[in-house]
Amino acid sequence: MTAWEPVIGLEVHVQLATATKAFAPAPVAFGAPPNSLIDPIVLGLPGALPTFNRAALELALRLGLATGSTIRRTSRFARKHYFYPDLPKGYQISQHDEPLCEHGAVDVWAAGARTQVALARIHLEEDAGKLSHRGATSEVDLNRAGVPLVEVVTAPVLRSADAAFAYLKALHRLVRYLGVSEGDLEKGHLRCDANVSVRPVGATALGTRVELKNINSFKFVRQAIEHEVARQIRILDGGGPIARETRLWDGAVGRSETMRGKEDVADYRYLPDPDLPPLHVDDATLAQAHAALPELPAARLARLMADHGLPFDDADQLTGDRALADYLDQAVAAAGPALARPVAAWIINELGRELAGRSIGASPVGPAALAELVGAVEDGTISGTVGKEVLAAMVASGDGARAIIEARGLRQISDVDAVAAVAAQVIAANPRQVEQYRAGKTTLLAFFVGQVMKATGGKVNPKLASEHLERLLASPGT
Amino acid sequence: MDDLTALTASAIAAHVRGRALSAREVTDRFLARAAQSNPVLGAYLLLDADGARVAADAVDARLARGEDPGPLAGVPVAVKDVIVTRGLVTTAGSRMLAGWVPPYDATVVERLRAAGAIVLGKTACDEFAMGSTTEHAAVGTCVNPWDPSRVPGGSSGGSAVAVAAGAAALALGTDTGGSIRQPASLCGVVGWKPTYGRVSRWGAIAFASSLDQIGPMATTVRDAALALEVIAGGDPRDATSLDQPAPSLLDALDHGVAGLTIGVPREYRPDDLDADVAAALERAVAVLRDAGASVREVSLPHTRYALPAYYVIAPAEAASNLARYDGVRFGHRAADATTLEQLYARSRAEGFGPEVKRRIMIGTYVLQAGAYDAYYRQAQQVRARIRGDFDAAFTQVDAILAPVTPTPAWPRGASPAPLDQYRADVFTLACNLAGLPGLAVPCGATATGLPVGVQILGRALDESTVGRVGAAIERAVGPAPRAPWPAEGGHP
Amino acid sequence: MAKVLAADEVRALAHLARLEIEPRDVERLAHELGEILDHVACLGEVDTAGVEPMTHAVAMTLRLRDDVPGPCLPPLDGGVVVPAIIGGD
Ligand SMILES: [Mg+2]
Ligand SMILES: [Zn+2]
Repeated sequence: MTAWEPVIGLEVHVQLATATKAFAPAPVAFGAPPNSLIDPIVLGLPGALPTFNRAALELALRLGLATGSTIRRTSRFARKHYFYPDLPKGYQISQHDEPLCEHGAVDVWAAGARTQVALARIHLEEDAGKLSHRGATSEVDLNRAGVPLVEVVTAPVLRSADAAFAYLKALHRLVRYLGVSEGDLEKGHLRCDANVSVRPVGATALGTRVELKNINSFKFVRQAIEHEVARQIRILDGGGPIARETRLWDGAVGRSETMRGKEDVADYRYLPDPDLPPLHVDDATLAQAHAALPELPAARLARLMADHGLPFDDADQLTGDRALADYLDQAVAAAGPALARPVAAWIINELGRELAGRSIGASPVGPAALAELVGAVEDGTISGTVGKEVLAAMVASGDGARAIIEARGLRQISDVDAVAAVAAQVIAANPRQVEQYRAGKTTLLAFFVGQVMKATGGKVNPKLASEHLERLLASPGT
Repeated sequence: MDDLTALTASAIAAHVRGRALSAREVTDRFLARAAQSNPVLGAYLLLDADGARVAADAVDARLARGEDPGPLAGVPVAVKDVIVTRGLVTTAGSRMLAGWVPPYDATVVERLRAAGAIVLGKTACDEFAMGSTTEHAAVGTCVNPWDPSRVPGGSSGGSAVAVAAGAAALALGTDTGGSIRQPASLCGVVGWKPTYGRVSRWGAIAFASSLDQIGPMATTVRDAALALEVIAGGDPRDATSLDQPAPSLLDALDHGVAGLTIGVPREYRPDDLDADVAAALERAVAVLRDAGASVREVSLPHTRYALPAYYVIAPAEAASNLARYDGVRFGHRAADATTLEQLYARSRAEGFGPEVKRRIMIGTYVLQAGAYDAYYRQAQQVRARIRGDFDAAFTQVDAILAPVTPTPAWPRGASPAPLDQYRADVFTLACNLAGLPGLAVPCGATATGLPVGVQILGRALDESTVGRVGAAIERAVGPAPRAPWPAEGGHP
Repeated sequence: MAKVLAADEVRALAHLARLEIEPRDVERLAHELGEILDHVACLGEVDTAGVEPMTHAVAMTLRLRDDVPGPCLPPLDGGVVVPAIIGGD
């Protein structure tokens, strides 16, 4: 039987983080009363005209530059016509044959390896309203109508549902990093359509393409693509042809169905928008977008691995959010590069637990304060166990680590004689366990360490304690 | 003053500002003339007597407080019904918008009001400004005040008639392919289509966005210039409005034409040109020469492609602009639609008249993926050629003189085939394609007394020269007299 | 000799433009539209090689609007309601 290879391209609509709509000064907001974020332009009232939002251009440029796209210095807006109740003017203002950005790529880290996903284009457009269905009628909410979007279109370069998912995650991370989008998936800030075809392994020509629409949730992307690939392979293996069509994914039942076939492929009657002169990007605007670029997440991840020796999973987790990665960088700067790994571990494990789901921005413990704590643990001032207690106290009081250590007398007992004395006391107090230990039950060492810790309120360096205990237990008669 | 409605807008503003007349008495008098003439002429679709009186009283109150209400203080203005007026029904002459009350004012209306003008009402036009006779309208009949059996021209017919009949001192029209200049010429008034982008289109119900331009209609060139100074100037709400201050035109009007070179395009003087139209053109040539201009022939070789280019581009943009009338949010909504498709197709079929539907169909055709390059793109390239013709001509001449219409006003109800109707615009639409300013001025009359005009076309943004030439013709020929219909007390 | 559109073409156009047409209008429209298309066909005679299409009457670039919210209209009374939609776009 033929071995098949999936060929996948994604079209992702990303909502830009602006205060107003793309072509109207009406505000953008989530959760406003239906049909309240409207003005004559959003409603498409007779006589209303579009004006273009500078912030939308700046954000799109930032994404274009971050993906290494070719920026078209003069791009155009076109009208894309179709009748639908969520589209007030009967056309969507979009970009057609002269988009703002072309030929970029998104850096994707997946399973510890870095790859690039080629982009065909990134273009600006406006969103439609939101439809909801109520029995015999449908209702439209135009609050979302006119919200600025970029449509990020990959080349047909993805070869698996997993690769598609990894790309989406990388894109999601990138747009949030750049401040291009709030990237809130619950609010539909990223919406994905997929073009899927399969071809025999080794073939160069593309198979018949099916467009999957309405993959509204990230969690459906893998499922929807896998389902479509399997559907096409099943048809091809059965000798059938793939119909060129658009299918609608229904996440609730995990199935797609035909939305429209080739015979009614829409004719959008694109028209260069006569209301909007060509969009020119001048040097100053481009330079400004350049200046607004932060270190990109994929490069940052690579740096964390290379410079700090972080394992991929830690570096991946820490670069998942720009504020988190900034926090790491600041903490490492304060603690010194030698402590990068323990700092990373403390952020991921202990600080993460303390934050309990809150964002890093809400952390009551700043990066310098955390660095101080990690420093105290690493230089042996306190044990890791005591460190957790100190962190909890820092969160509660806002005081610094060393201040808490001194105030509470948590400094670790590192004086050898003092430790030896406590160890001797413990041994003397537990003759039965000493006997068992010496009879070969050496696992009791942990019991003795525990007793030492108990007697000192945990202030003894456990390693030091066990060294002494081992030595004393090994020499009967002491 | 025995007949206030015979005063020019400039005179009214001067008298009102000087408190020789009150805005209220001027307004009342024009309202009376409008109400009296409208049953015969049909210039107005809507008269807003109450709103006009309130506005007039406000102007008088400002004067009483010692404030200057502006350069159009107390001047009664008629506004074509494709220009939106806040709180005042605006229909674009279409059943589709019957009863529609805009929640906002067009920029030009804002500017008129801010200059002290008094909006009297909304004037008749071809539906969505698509036509050359004002006969393609959902309601009302608008006739030529020189001969009510004849068309007033269009699409800004009501505005031309209102000014010609003394039912408004000034009017606003829109000109997409000649819709200001053509009815002005047929009704014996001045009509000025500015450079594309001079005047904001915010609030002008779009017909063909890359061609539409609002402009003034008046009894004198000076009045039109006064109004243009008020309404022109960049507007942040219209991305195609030019970032240019309003031009200063009034001074230039007196400069005369000595030393100017005026071109008459060979292609606008066909052998079969109507005798009255040709005579008006010759008259203009003669007076301009007398006034010291040199007049020479120029060539605009792509002229014959202007009509076909226009009838691809304008319908394409119209089909797009009119997609918003879908029965969903505003405008006519079919009563009996049970599916979405029915709602769309039936609302639009019921709401639009036949000429609008025809243009939507043509526009839809030429924008289809398979037709775009051959029709739409090619038309835009030809448009560039037409503009190139003008650019070349304007290296040789300062302004162009041309006829406005192929004939004087023709009988109403003739309803020739669409293509023959379209030919009424053959001399006017190249100006729109090229985006240039064009001014129609009266230039005599036929033996039966029908007015005939000529137009002056200029370089982009050179309204000043265009106005000088128009004013020179006006000085020599004299403005067309008040139209005879209807007489104040009955028939003339 | 005017071009005449096929009846099916007229009906497809009417659908694309969402205009309900009566069957008896199809023939008239086919003729009228054909005549207009025939008339504009002469545009093809013009040599336009290398000519940039003139999409706007005046050559200018797009002004940008600052991202500052402006006023809203009052919320739509009764919302926006249409007959039920099957499928989507
Ligand atoms: Mg798409
Ligand atoms: Zn899109």
